[in-house]
Amino acid sequence: MKTLFDKIWDAHVVTTVKDGPTQLYIDRHLCHEVTSPQAFSGLRARGLNVFRPEQTLLTADHNIPTTGQDKPIQDEVSRFQVDTLAKNAREFGLTYYGLRNSRNGIVHVIGPENGFTQPGMTIVCGDSHTSTHGAFGAIAFGIGTSEVEMVLSSQCVLQTRPKTMRVNFRGTLQQGVSAKDMALYMIWQLTTGGATGYFVEYAGEAIRNLTMEQRMTLCNLSIEMGARGGLIAPDETTYDYLREREFAPKGERWDKAMAYWKTLKSDDDAVFDKEVTFDASQIKPMITYGTNPGMGMPIDGSIPELSDIDEAGKISFEKSLKYMGFEPGQKLAGKPIDYVFLGSCTNGRIEDFRLFTQYVKGKKKAGNVTAWLVPGSWQVRRQIEAEGLDKILEEAGFELRQPGCSACLAMNDDKVPAGKYAVSTSNRNFEGRQGPGARTILASPLVAAAAAVSGKITAP
Amino acid sequence: MEKFKTLTSTYVPLPIENVDTDQIIPARFLKATTREGFGDNLFADWRYEKSGEPKTDFVLNNPTYSGEILVAGKNFGSGSSREHAAWAIAGYGFKVVVSSFFADIFRNNALNNGLLPVIVSEAFLTGLFENPPHATLTVNLEEQFIRNNENGKTESFDINPYKKECLLKGLDDIDFLLSNRDKIEEYEKSRPFVY
Repeated sequence: MKTLFDKIWDAHVVTTVKDGPTQLYIDRHLCHEVTSPQAFSGLRARGLNVFRPEQTLLTADHNIPTTGQDKPIQDEVSRFQVDTLAKNAREFGLTYYGLRNSRNGIVHVIGPENGFTQPGMTIVCGDSHTSTHGAFGAIAFGIGTSEVEMVLSSQCVLQTRPKTMRVNFRGTLQQGVSAKDMALYMIWQLTTGGATGYFVEYAGEAIRNLTMEQRMTLCNLSIEMGARGGLIAPDETTYDYLREREFAPKGERWDKAMAYWKTLKSDDDAVFDKEVTFDASQIKPMITYGTNPGMGMPIDGSIPELSDIDEAGKISFEKSLKYMGFEPGQKLAGKPIDYVFLGSCTNGRIEDFRLFTQYVKGKKKAGNVTAWLVPGSWQVRRQIEAEGLDKILEEAGFELRQPGCSACLAMNDDKVPAGKYAVSTSNRNFEGRQGPGARTILASPLVAAAAAVSGKITAP
Repeated sequence: MEKFKTLTSTYVPLPIENVDTDQIIPARFLKATTREGFGDNLFADWRYEKSGEPKTDFVLNNPTYSGEILVAGKNFGSGSSREHAAWAIAGYGFKVVVSSFFADIFRNNALNNGLLPVIVSEAFLTGLFENPPHATLTVNLEEQFIRNNENGKTESFDINPYKKECLLKGLDDIDFLLSNRDKIEEYEKSRPFVY
């Protein structure tokens, strides 16, 4: 009778406030420099310690440069923010993968790759893309800084139980179509607020066939349709990925964990508050044309006409197209672009770099394109080098940068200039997201590779 | 946290849908390590030219509109979990945000900072956008209603009873959680599976 979400949620209820939220126990907490300093100040002001220090892991990723990481950060305010995280880690006795640590990287890349993320867990972080970890069959969601302070001080948060939604992907994906395209297709269909109030479970044949990294890409983007999070029941793909990773259980503990993890699936007769089904074979490579991730279309499609938009949405639609420099009804295939960004917690993993490299191998980067290739972590970067992908990229005119969130949110110097078009594998095309005035077109690593080589929006 | 009971005020209309937290406070302003000062950069890229001059066509720069209530289009606060968005809105001086739909994380963040998100119907919201300038709204948390004082139309709004109590008394969740530590330890011991 229970959904996977129900099983994990119910196993983490400490108590329920009368007429109020659930007090939910948190197994794993990830922290970064931008959304945590005020929480640590809060602990100090109240004279508190971290309640369960071994359940929190810290990394610096949002506000760091992607070149010259061996030198002190030049921007004084950014340096102070990163130093503050290091100081908080020391003072409160927390594990910190800071700059120059071999395990440093984007918070949603390092959690999984070190096995910190496991099935059946509750996982939070002061970052909305925490939904990524749902790929392992975990309840993972983003929280605000006040809630970061709650987790640090009590290992709990107060949450209202969300409704459940199952999104089924039937059938098989076409060649050249990836989890990123599935996500952009789904958000286009359901809109940017279409899953607000829900926790999503992804199911169906096309989901079972996804690799672990592709599942992370899909779950990562759950928040872009407003969902509290998105999860996928664990299976052999999950266990194969996890086995032998740093924090994964070993020996007898692994067997015990497996026995539990195998119970983690929705019962056959489980009922969801909402259920939708998509035909995976119909999905084409996708791009976005507007200023939220729901404003998407197939790469060979056209932007909607003004008459297709409902009355209350017209002002926002026109504002969005004006910002992007596009017209209603316009086709974007063949449109010249200026920047390409490969990276972020959405598409900064080794498989993303393999896909991109495969496509550009033996070709040359277009002269009009500036390309930023930013691995999601140092482990990803070392893997790129171990496989010789860096050499292939170099021959094609590309340069690899150092790990970080980089141009996904442009807190550091990796800013796309005003008015320029960037084909980006990241997660948000909001106004100014990649720099004031920057125009973002979200796409998969393969579409990004095709754009980098041709200098325009091109079907791969 | 500051207490909230009832408020009557003029309001600032922002009839844009899907206002995301990157618009409320762009990422480049998130480098601070304290909660103060974000109000100055609320809606920075809509509010200021690159030179720092105010953009005259943006509502916060229009002297006709002011007040302690922000009224915005559907799906307000989507995107990033940054609590800085709530700090910026509260820091600017707003005490209430009205919309027909809020993103989940933003709504939690607002409530944790004494900023009351009020969900109204599409029709009520449209009415607010059609009002003449200087119209006022009354928001009564104790009795859970919002009134458009221009036409007298009133709607009740939903709020979790626990959160309502927190706002009325100015209490936060940490006070509650800390008083509950024995229950947490009990739970930890009772778990069927421990990571």
